[in-house]
Amino acid sequence: MLRATLKSLLARKVRLLLSGLAVVLGVMFVAGSFVLTDTLSRSFDSIFSDAYSQTDVTVAGKPKVEVSELDGESVPAPVPASAVDTVAALPGVAQARGMVAADGATLIGSNGKAVGSFGPPQLGENWLGENALTQLREGRGPTADDEIVINKGLAEAGKVAVGDRVGVLTLDAKQRTFTIVGTFGYSGDRDSLGGVNEIAFTDPVAQQLMLGRTGLFTSIDVKGTDGTDPATLKERVAAALGADYNVRTGEEAAADDAQGLKDGLGFFNNILLGFAGIALFVGIFLIINTFSIVVAQRTRELALLRAVGASRRQVIGSVLTEAVVIGVVASVIGTAAGIGVGALLANLAARFADGLSLAGIGVPPVALIASFAVGLIVTIVAAVTPALRASRIPPIAAMQDVATPDRPLTKITTLGAIVSAAAGALLGIGLYADGGLMLVAGGVLLAFVGVALLTPVLSRPVVGLLGRLFSWSVPGKLGRLNSGRNPRRTAITAAALMVGIALVTGVGVIASSAKTSIAGSIDSMDAQLIIQGTQTGPRPPTFDPTVVERAKAVPGVRDAVGVASDLAKVDGEQQFVTSVTDAAVIPAIYGSTAVAGDITRQGPDQAIVNAETATERGWAVGSVLTVQLTRGEEHRYTVSGIAPTDKSIGEIMLPAAAMADFAQPTLSLGFVRLDEGTPVASVQPQVEALVADNPLVSVIDQATFTQQQSDMLDQVLVMIQILLALAILIAVLGIVNTLALSVMERTRELGLLRAIGLGRAATMRMITVEAVVISVFGALLGVVVGGGLGAAVVRALRDQGFTDLTLPWSTIGIYLAVAALVGCVAAILPSIRAARLNVLGAIAHE
Amino acid sequence: MTASDPVAARADDVWKVYGSGEAEVIALRGVSVTFQRGVFTAIMGPSGSGKSTLMHCLAGLDSVTRGEVRIGETTVTGLGDAGLTRLRRDKVGFIFQQFNLLPTLSAKENILLPLAIAGRKPDDAWFDTVIRTVGLQDRLEHRPAQLSGGQQQRVACARALVARPEVIFADEPTGNLDSRSGADVLGFLRDSVRQHGQTIVMVTHDPVAASYADRVIFLADGAVVDELHDPSPDMVLDRMKKLDAPAEVER
Ligand SMILES: Nc1ncnc2c1ncn2[C@@H]1O[C@H](COP(=O)(O)OP(=O)(O)OP(=O)(O)O)[C@@H](O)[C@H]1O
Ligand SMILES: [Mg+2]
Repeated sequence: MLRATLKSLLARKVRLLLSGLAVVLGVMFVAGSFVLTDTLSRSFDSIFSDAYSQTDVTVAGKPKVEVSELDGESVPAPVPASAVDTVAALPGVAQARGMVAADGATLIGSNGKAVGSFGPPQLGENWLGENALTQLREGRGPTADDEIVINKGLAEAGKVAVGDRVGVLTLDAKQRTFTIVGTFGYSGDRDSLGGVNEIAFTDPVAQQLMLGRTGLFTSIDVKGTDGTDPATLKERVAAALGADYNVRTGEEAAADDAQGLKDGLGFFNNILLGFAGIALFVGIFLIINTFSIVVAQRTRELALLRAVGASRRQVIGSVLTEAVVIGVVASVIGTAAGIGVGALLANLAARFADGLSLAGIGVPPVALIASFAVGLIVTIVAAVTPALRASRIPPIAAMQDVATPDRPLTKITTLGAIVSAAAGALLGIGLYADGGLMLVAGGVLLAFVGVALLTPVLSRPVVGLLGRLFSWSVPGKLGRLNSGRNPRRTAITAAALMVGIALVTGVGVIASSAKTSIAGSIDSMDAQLIIQGTQTGPRPPTFDPTVVERAKAVPGVRDAVGVASDLAKVDGEQQFVTSVTDAAVIPAIYGSTAVAGDITRQGPDQAIVNAETATERGWAVGSVLTVQLTRGEEHRYTVSGIAPTDKSIGEIMLPAAAMADFAQPTLSLGFVRLDEGTPVASVQPQVEALVADNPLVSVIDQATFTQQQSDMLDQVLVMIQILLALAILIAVLGIVNTLALSVMERTRELGLLRAIGLGRAATMRMITVEAVVISVFGALLGVVVGGGLGAAVVRALRDQGFTDLTLPWSTIGIYLAVAALVGCVAAILPSIRAARLNVLGAIAHE
Repeated sequence: MTASDPVAARADDVWKVYGSGEAEVIALRGVSVTFQRGVFTAIMGPSGSGKSTLMHCLAGLDSVTRGEVRIGETTVTGLGDAGLTRLRRDKVGFIFQQFNLLPTLSAKENILLPLAIAGRKPDDAWFDTVIRTVGLQDRLEHRPAQLSGGQQQRVACARALVARPEVIFADEPTGNLDSRSGADVLGFLRDSVRQHGQTIVMVTHDPVAASYADRVIFLADGAVVDELHDPSPDMVLDRMKKLDAPAEVER
């Protein structure tokens, strides 16, 4: 039996190749993501172990606010100079040095533009001199307050050289000018450690600029005397300093710091795997279809097997064996391809964040296990239904010229209705009763299955209607009839395309609704100018609070307000807080009224919270909140007002004084209200002049602000579309596959048509129409389902500021047009095959 | 095509060789034969004698190794795919042993398909005549799956007739039918020749079927060996026996 199976498998290798290809692509994605993230994470390991290679023990203050990995980095409390002295005096300590190193130092390059970074921090630090790791490449270390050294990579990126006078932006948001007196690099001829940009000042300058005050350090770098065990030293230092400090050996610190990045990578990996999952989900449709068609075509062969004594179980086994073989072969190829893709992407990433030296391409066992498990499971699951159907073929079918009767669609339709209803319920709970993301995702998945099950019933009328468009020509009409003749096959092929199109449409609906909602809320704001930075690194650029004060003095300006934001610990939980220079201006800008209490005034110990946060955390006017900011001590604030959620700034708005204890004690956003009737253009240049010294910060009008926000959304949208393109590509393979199999199945029919005079071009047109009808049908389904899902999400998020539901008609139109194009492309090979058919051979074909 | 030209199709010294070297099979060895307009010709011969091959070559479904084939005034030999397609569309009709119809189309649509493909308008009167001749008046909207084998074959005949081609080629059109339905089909094939001047070339194994023809050509081993006019089943059977005998002696 096994031999018979393998023989028949080999005989139909081309047929199965395409279904295998879907698995290959999916598995490739899975393996690729694992290889990419593993390679990157080991590269991070090596960076950090390098960075701490000269450190036996490192001491930092405990962060006052522990920030979760996804929201950013926790800012450790600064270490006073006295602690450095304490440590230096301990026995076994050869050297203890206070280090300043904080993210947020931006170099202004020779072209006047800020040198940005994609991910790696931009460190401002004190110069500690050379060691085995850090090496001066040119010049010397800084000795005067207006001197700096920078790492070679940064010098190259900014096209600056030793001796140049350059601008530097730091946390205090004022541009200062320094002379570059040297450049440095790292052992092994590296120009940076993992793409990090570094600007090193003298101690007091670094302290003032990066920590806000002299006499403070970020950490203490301890080197033990020869023969002192770092672990012992750590105990000793910890004992001497007490509980407020975080004391770690160099190794521990390297592992901790790397872990932080790895957690971020893990999250990234999960996103990639999510997209791989979608692609494989679509792949299942494709494989089900292939196996179903193959089983239908093998009816006689399988019946013959039954007739000569094979049991049902053996027939099922035979089909499943095929699935296993395909699954294994596809997994092998997919894993190999995935390793290649992962390596390629890792290299790209390394080039992007130049200076990141890859720690060699690694294939973690989990990549292999996941790839094979996924490849096999997907193929086998998909083959089960066709296998069962194969086992029900009666032996008598071997003797008959079987015209497979149209099986009634009632069962599948009922099932589809039930599944769709369940999906609706799940989505309802997930979206409206805050059931969480998993419920929503499950609901979406179920919805796809439900709609896919309903598709055969829908296909008759819809395909008929679509086909009408092409019925003016004979090939068109034949194509339409062909696409309608096997509703299950058409349906499953179309459903595969539906999934991808539905997801992009759904995301598109959410994005376009977000855009119009944002545009609407910006439009309705009584703030004609917005002061805002262009983010080039992990933290938003900031500007000095005096900018707002000076803006108020500009003629024609009625009012101005600045906003600083940070993450804080409020009643023990992480919360997004803001501090505004003048709370009264906010409701005036938004034209909002308090949900409760007073939001037009704010005392020094009062907090204004938004309605959603208040409900979530059970706060009311009069509640007392204990707030721990990044710096300083805990402080109590009394809730004095509750603002409407979509017309508030941040979850919790603290008074202006709180800003001093923020990680960035400067403004990241400003609103300027003009006097009625003052033209924006007449005021804008004067406000712009106020931030002229900071190339990262700009003054923009409402239209530009809206545009920026929607550009950002567009970028996200494009990324999602690119990732979903894989799912759509697999669906296209599905169409190719279905058509190719259909062409083979209808060889004799095609021969007949050719014999009675259908030309080659007309034959190709016939196949193309069939493909286009199927793909447009799939896209229509996708657009409807995706539009519905997107609308449901938008409606559910109405309280979060999704005030408008906008359908992106032009994008939807593009999707449909693309689907038609996709149909044409998918038809190319099958139609060429059909046109090449030898007429005589086709007629004699059995 | 001129009405005065009495020849609907002809083969001139046609050779057909399959394969080469050891596997070489000479299916036709210098066949020359002329099919007169308005004549019903049957081709007979033992299995493997080259009947189907000859028909395929005549109809432009297969190329000849040597020699020339003409349909009406068109030289089939040397035509490219487009030319052959046009030839089949405009000058030739086919009836196969089985699988003659498209399952997605109704009987009527199947019948009108060649005209639709050619973009020609059906002649309503002629269509009615054909339908009446084949007796399908109340089956026109049925799909092939809802028709019996005999009915399907009648639809196939109607399809071949309705376009009024120069020649209709039929390869064992009654091979899959019982004698009753076979007789029906043969009957109106003959009628279409007698009443409407249609030219038909039919390959068959059945002496009774052959007796419906005006003329029978006998093939053996790739060559025309005999010919009969206005045959009766007995005459045909008689000739066939003679043809088979030497073949058996050879073995
Ligand atoms: N495609 C081919 N390749 C090789 N040889 C072929 C091919 N087609 C036919 N033949 C050979 O050519 C000869 C004639 O075949 P043909 O099909 O014309 O016979 P036939 O008279 O129609 O027989 P039957 O009555 O069995 O249908 C046979 O010997 C056959 O084996
Ligand atoms: Mg034959």
